[in-house]
Amino acid sequence: MNSKAWGYFLTFITFLIAFMMFFPILYMAITSFKTEQEAISFPPSFIFEPTLQNWRDAIFDSPFPKYLLNTASITFFSTILALLFGLPTAYAMAYYPTKRTEGSMLWIMSTRMLPPAGVIVPLYVIFNNYGLLNTQTGLIILYAAMNFPLIVWMMRSFMLELPFDIIEAARLDGANLWQEFSKVIFPLLIPGLAATSLLALIFTWNEFFLAVNLTSTLEAAPLSVYVSTFKAAQGDLFIAKMSAAVTASIIPVLIAGWVAQKQLVTGLTMGAVK
Amino acid sequence: MVEQTSLRKYLSAPGILFLIIVTQIPFVVAIYFAFTNWNLLRPGSNQFLGWDRMWRNFTRILNNPDFYTVLWNTIFLTISVVVLTFIFGMALALLLNRPFPGRALARTLLITPFLVMPVAAGVLWKNIVLEPTRGLLTYIMEAFAPVIQVGINILNAIGSVLTPILKPIIALINPVIDLLNTGLFTVVTLFTSLPFIGIEGPAEFAPLAHLSLAESFYLPTSFYLPEAFPMASIILIVTWQWTPFVMLILLSGLQSLPDSTLEAAKIDGAGGFGMFRYIMLPHLKRFIEIALLLETIFILNVFGIIFIVTTGGPSINTTNLPYEIFKEAFSRWNVGRASAYGIFAVILANIVILLFLRVLGNQNESEAPA
Repeated sequence: MNSKAWGYFLTFITFLIAFMMFFPILYMAITSFKTEQEAISFPPSFIFEPTLQNWRDAIFDSPFPKYLLNTASITFFSTILALLFGLPTAYAMAYYPTKRTEGSMLWIMSTRMLPPAGVIVPLYVIFNNYGLLNTQTGLIILYAAMNFPLIVWMMRSFMLELPFDIIEAARLDGANLWQEFSKVIFPLLIPGLAATSLLALIFTWNEFFLAVNLTSTLEAAPLSVYVSTFKAAQGDLFIAKMSAAVTASIIPVLIAGWVAQKQLVTGLTMGAVK
Repeated sequence: MVEQTSLRKYLSAPGILFLIIVTQIPFVVAIYFAFTNWNLLRPGSNQFLGWDRMWRNFTRILNNPDFYTVLWNTIFLTISVVVLTFIFGMALALLLNRPFPGRALARTLLITPFLVMPVAAGVLWKNIVLEPTRGLLTYIMEAFAPVIQVGINILNAIGSVLTPILKPIIALINPVIDLLNTGLFTVVTLFTSLPFIGIEGPAEFAPLAHLSLAESFYLPTSFYLPEAFPMASIILIVTWQWTPFVMLILLSGLQSLPDSTLEAAKIDGAGGFGMFRYIMLPHLKRFIEIALLLETIFILNVFGIIFIVTTGGPSINTTNLPYEIFKEAFSRWNVGRASAYGIFAVILANIVILLFLRVLGNQNESEAPA
């Protein structure tokens, strides 16, 4: 076989595997546009008249919007809280390193890897005592701590990439700490900040263990808890509606992940791999 | 100016304080709970067990054969997924590490399973892919039944050839398993009879099973994978989700390999395999270590997929440590025991975390300017 044909063959294999890996998700999205009867027909039909009825039912005629709102607000506020704590920490660790900075960095990273199952019981008891059970506030605090290491690591490395001359020039011009940060550093950091926030969004949006054990009510529980209610069949005619609801629940994260592809590796490995 | 500098130095304090409060205090509380017999169904039972029987939660766990099953499930699930994702992730990284039209699209499709919320992945696989009467798997099995039958015939033929060879090997391995069982039993007995542990009753112990050869395969027409092979179906779904993770890290490793190195190797006459074995693999070593260790840390925590697909069953066949803690805490409301289980989970995770930090430390050293 000549090398050109071999190349085409490898490309074909790559696309075949990529398609197979993606197919379950695509199939679910397709199913969400079928009628319930078509959704359970066997063998499955791939040519059918698409309907938006399931999406209407699953999204407007269900608690879905409330859970979506919960997830959106938990994600938003926990990321803001993590940034409020994380940006100053990243700043100090980037520009004022001490002997202990490397060690602190490793410790911060290690907290991200601790098993949540190890602390779920005390968290439940503490949350129960302080009225945080079934509240968004409780999850916001935990997710902020969960995303803090990611934010510190990524923002610190973005800060280290900034030319220090600019910061020094601003200081010589008499900029105070707040001006230095808001007028000089922050604008330069916006692309990095966007990428980091997208990663934080992915982790927060998909988290389930803490969410299901600490929230169960419509007032506080995020989408992952709602999606988990589809684990048992709810009658025969629920597959298409379920597909619509689950597809809708994962789309924001798929888009965030596709957009942040380049930063995904850095974020996932806490910068161990660039 | 001096004042500002010192203020800037301490800007990291609030963040670190926040992290200590949220992540370390619960752990300290968990350690305390582990030495109580608190059960939320018995109000007022949140008392310290007393110095004489303070280890009771731990000895109860170590004396429970289920603990070893749960521990083994956790380790088996983790190792299987790590091995499988490494093989597939490496293959995919090599496939993606060539220029071809549509590479960005292939990469995007391939990373998508990793982005899917784990509970959504569980629901998708359980109700759409693996569903026995109209699921995708059943459809594919029916569509490809003749091909699958040929494959099964080949496997059976290989099996019948291998059986006479494997039988004596298994006959050699089984006594080793007996020996291991005796050893483990002795260790458990010795440990639980230590004076400060104060165990009540003799030690219980679940022995490791003997190896045996399977009957020949047959083609099932329609079956529910999570029922027929519960652990395999969990491994399948977790592997589907985590292959992109390994692929992405190894791909960035491959792409950091300078073209000149590859060119030089080519000029020196290295073939495809030689190139992989002597150029790529050594370069990838650190990437492989980081990918697999990080993956291990996160796979030890798999929960959502088990919660959806098998709820830890049948019996406790797919129950891993996080799921066992979940059951102990939120269906038996046994705060003491669940906390003690949690400490085992933290110890297990810390072993891998320490390995990971060591790999990172080595990297920082080798990167530091001389």
